[in-house]
Order: sequence, then C-alpha cells, then structure tokens
Amino acid sequence: MANQYETVFIMTPVLSDDQMKETVAKYQKLLNDKGAEIVLENNWGLRKLAYPIQKKSTGFYYLIEFKADGDIIKDIELAFKRDERIIRFLTVKLDKHAVAYNEKKRRKAQEEQQPQEA
Amino acid sequence: MAQQTGDIKYLTPINVDTKKKKYCRFKKAGIKYIDYKDANFLLKFVNEQGKILPRRLTGTSTKYQKKVAQAIKRARHLSLMPYVADLLK
Repeated sequence: MANQYETVFIMTPVLSDDQMKETVAKYQKLLNDKGAEIVLENNWGLRKLAYPIQKKSTGFYYLIEFKADGDIIKDIELAFKRDERIIRFLTVKLDKHAVAYNEKKRRKAQEEQQPQEA
Repeated sequence: MAQQTGDIKYLTPINVDTKKKKYCRFKKAGIKYIDYKDANFLLKFVNEQGKILPRRLTGTSTKYQKKVAQAIKRARHLSLMPYVADLLK
C-alpha cells in the first residue's frame, strides 16, 4: 500500500529563478519516474533561515506532498544529498491525522481563493 | 482584644495558593496533528533560549508532549526555528 509523504527542501539562494525552477522540475520528474503521485506542491519562496547553513542566511523553500511506496524514499534522499543546490531537506511520512490536517488546510485555502476569483 | 492576640482576622478568606488547574491544550481543542511547519505556534512551547519547555510548565499531556518535541526538532532541522537563541521572545 502506498504511503503519503511530505518533503521540504531548501535550495541555495545563489540560484536564479530559472535555475530554481529547473531544480524543482528535476525532482518532480524524479518522483514521477519512480511512480509517485504528487498530491500538493507549495513554493514558500525565499525565506530567512533561523541560523546560517553553509554560510547562507536565506534559502528557497519548496514543499512536495506525494503518495508513493516506501522504497523510493532512499533514492530521492540520495539525489538530494548528491545535489549541491540543495542545502537541507526533510522527508516525513504522514500519518492519518497529518493527512486529515493537510486536507483540511488545503480545503480552507481553496475556499479563500474562490471568493476572490468570483 | 484582637490586636493584642496578634491574629489578623479577615472577613473573607483570602486565597493564597489557589492553583489554576493546568490542562492539555491539544486534548481540549481536539488537535490531533502538530504541524512542524508552523513555527509561530511552536514558539509557545519553547523558552526564550529556544529550549523546549517541560510538561510541568505547559500542562501538555505525555502523548502530545512527544509530538510537540518531535515537531520542534523537525522545525529546527529545517531552520524554521533556532537551535540556540537568546531573546527569542
């Protein structure tokens, strides 16, 4: 049975906008190739770090939520480790409460968007 | 006379140590999942040095204290919260 996971990774702030998008696209492709189903993506943009990492004080945060089998996680994490553009990453398995919480949050975000469009 | 005995008598009994009962805010509010991405919320469970506050101060139940601790540690890893700080609040 497929589990639901959530990955947050931080990219170096030296990247240009295009380079950042390219990096993100690389991992989207990797996930799709491994047979993962992407549920949600969220670009947090450039954020200030709470403490410096590799002498950088800011970073591009990106969140991907996906459904996949557990054995592809190690491949993804290996790719993160090898990538110099990624300065930090965290993959978390979501339990049923977390999935419910994320769905609720998503629905709320959608409801907030809709009145603006209408 | 009352003054000579040295006893002070009050008309209404004064409450010296009425302790406010602590409660677990997660149990009370029915929160099942603690989001590590919400650093502002987690800030309630650390002191100004960024250390995790004990259950004895926050009143959180064991079950949720574990989750709070886990969430804070995740937030720290992602640099959403500091490992060490001063004057955090």
